[in-house]
This record gives sequence, structure tokens and C-alpha cells, in this order.
Amino acid sequence: MAANPMTQFEVYRIGPEIKIGAYDISFTNASLFMVISTLAILIIFNLGSKRNSLIPNKIQLLAELSYGFISKMINDTAGSKAKPYFAFIFSLFMFVLFCNMFGMLPYAFTVTSHIIVTFVLAAFIFVGVTVVGFIKHGFGYLKLFVPSGVPIILLPLIVIIEIISYLSRPVSLSVRLFANMMAGHTMMKVFGGFVISLGIIGGWLPLSFSVALTGLEILVAFLQAYVFAILTCIYLNDALNLHH
Amino acid sequence: MIKKYFFHIIFYNLFFIKEVFAAESGGMPQLNPEFWISQIFWLILTFSILYLFLSKIILPKIVKNLERRKSQIQENIEAAEKQREDSESKLKEYEEIIMKSKSKAKNIFKETKEKSLKDINSKREKLEKQIDEEIKIAEKEINELKKTAPEKINKIAIETSSEILKNLIGTDINNSSISAIVNDLSKKNGDKYYGN
Repeated sequence: MAANPMTQFEVYRIGPEIKIGAYDISFTNASLFMVISTLAILIIFNLGSKRNSLIPNKIQLLAELSYGFISKMINDTAGSKAKPYFAFIFSLFMFVLFCNMFGMLPYAFTVTSHIIVTFVLAAFIFVGVTVVGFIKHGFGYLKLFVPSGVPIILLPLIVIIEIISYLSRPVSLSVRLFANMMAGHTMMKVFGGFVISLGIIGGWLPLSFSVALTGLEILVAFLQAYVFAILTCIYLNDALNLHH
Repeated sequence: MIKKYFFHIIFYNLFFIKEVFAAESGGMPQLNPEFWISQIFWLILTFSILYLFLSKIILPKIVKNLERRKSQIQENIEAAEKQREDSESKLKEYEEIIMKSKSKAKNIFKETKEKSLKDINSKREKLEKQIDEEIKIAEKEINELKKTAPEKINKIAIETSSEILKNLIGTDINNSSISAIVNDLSKKNGDKYYGN
């Protein structure tokens, strides 16, 4: 009782232990929810793209609206050059969104509340964007660290700051998502604990908080997925259209 | 009382969290590296599958659907536009035809009116001419008659008077003397009878 709000984040093995060499890659509850999210996305979008009717049905409309939404987001932030990366950003947004949303179900596990998951995603984005930048601009990509119109005396300082901010991108990107998810779910758990411990008389207040928090968390789940995707677009924009 | 209880619970909860943090080796389960490799492995696996399916199969289909719909709508709009133009031109044609036929009808009306007027006039002229001619002939005849009438009357008068005299008297009387009297009389009263 009065369960520890952190136990919901515990990862445990489902089924047998699988090992490749020294590495443990057992199927866990985290893996389960990754698979569920992936399958849900694929099923929904497969249904949404299967039939081609002039007047779309609900699921087709959903798929096409999501397509339009993300396509507009990429176009607005990274321009038309980012078209080859559309599928990646689409998958990224959908994956994060579905993991966040499945985490909102009772007893579910939130994949994105683990720093290792978000960090791997962010690191992949960071490395990918850097590679794209160097491929597109060669060593000219380093101009990103030298903003124009800065007095020469300040330049070394600015360059150092720019490099630090560039290197901290994956950290900020991953920690933002992870911390939001973890904080939200912990808070919901704490308020849920209050409902139980205050009982029928005093439990109503934290219960109403809990209800409100659920709505807020669903908003946060969407918002963080959106922020994750749009920051990826902004980083990609830096790499594709060197502004500085 | 309830308030006190509430704070108690909050306090205990916080305490409990702290205790758990202290009790577990890493504090947060997220920082326990036991399943990190497993999570990375499954993340890469599921995300790659998702990416491959979305980019190779599903997204192109959605793009195709959207483009087909767009082009179909465009086609329909174009067809509608074309039909509208067609109907407009046909309406114009129709109006032109009506205008033409109206003016044609007017022309025909005018022409026939003129023709009939001409006809009437010419016929009237002809008739008038004929009438005039006939009048002239009649006048001529009358004139001739007028001219010859006194002589004939005189002759008749002479003959009748000679006959009457013969019957009354029983003898032939010289015609010349009778004629002289008749001529004399006719000259005297001719104006009365013939208007000469």
C-alpha cells in the first residue's frame, strides 16, 4: 500500500533471459510497450492508407490529417529541403506520441520515461544531424559556431558558448522528454496514493486533482512528442540551411 | 483533524519516497543500468521496423491517395469549368440566333410591306390610268354624239314634220323649206336643248 511512485518505472523481464554475448537483451515490459506502440502505429496507418476513397473515412482522415500536420510542421521549420527526412520525423513523432499515450493507460509502462530510451533517440538525431550538416556543407558547417555580426573580442567566448550549446542538444532533448514523462507519472501516482490514504472523506480533493492531472498529462504527452519532433526539425534546419 | 491527517499523509509520503530512494541502490529505476542494453536493442529494433514500414509502404500510399484525390478534385473542377464555358457559349449562340431571326423577321415584314405598298400603288395607278382613258373615250363619244345629235335631230324633225304635214295636208311638201324652218328653229332654241 501507498506504493512507491517510482515502482511504475521499474523494468522487469518478461519471459526467458536472452543474451547475445555478454549483453542481456531480454524481452522486458519496456520492450513490450515499444512493440505495442509500433504495432498500433502500423495498424492504424495501414488501415488509414489501405482504401483510397474520394471522401475519406474516419481512419483514413486520421492518417491523412497526421500526414498533413507533420508535413506542415517540417515545411514551416526546416523548409522544402527537409523532404527526404519526412519519413524519419514522422516515425519519430508517432513513436514518441504513441509511447507517451500508451503510458497514460492504467498499469501501462511509459517507454519514454526512461532516460536511456530518450537519450538514444536524441543521440541518434544529434549524430544524424551533424553528419547531414557535414555532408551538405563540408567544413563550412563549422560556421554554425561563428555567428555573424559579433565583435571580434567576444568571438572566442561566443564560439565556446555555441559549441557547448550544440553539444548539449542531445542532453536537453532527451532530458526534456524523460523528465516530463517521469514527473507527470510520478505526480499522478502520488495523488493516487493520497486518494487511497485519505479514504472516502478526504480523498475527493486529490481525486479531482488526479482527474485534472490526467487531462494535463495527456496534453503533455502530445506536447512533448510535438516538441521532440519540432526540435529535431529545427536541428535539421540548422544542418540543411546554414543560417549563421 | 482531517487537515492534520492530510499533512501527516503528505509528510509520510515524502518521507516514504525518500526512504525508497535511499533504500534502492540507484534511486530512480531509470538509472539502473541492468536493462539498458535490452532497452536500446528493442528501441532500435522496433523503431527501425516502424521507420521501414512507414517510409517504404505506408507513407507513399498516403501520398498517392492525397495526390490522387487532389488531381481528381482538380480534374472535376476543370471539367465543371469547361462545361460552364460550353453552356455559356451555347447560350450566346442561342441568343445570337434569336437576334438574327428577329431581325430577319423584321426585314421580311418590312420588305413585304414595301412590296405590297408598291403593288397597291402601281395597281392603283394602272387603274386610274385605265379609268382616265375610259373617261376620255366616253367623253369623246359624248362629244361626237353631241356634235352629230343636232343634225340627226334636225333630220328626224324634218322627216317627221314632212310626214305629219303629208298626213294633214295630203300633199308632198318641199323638204328644203321644212328643213329651213327646222334649222331656223334649232338655231333659235338649240341652246335650250343641247346646252351648246
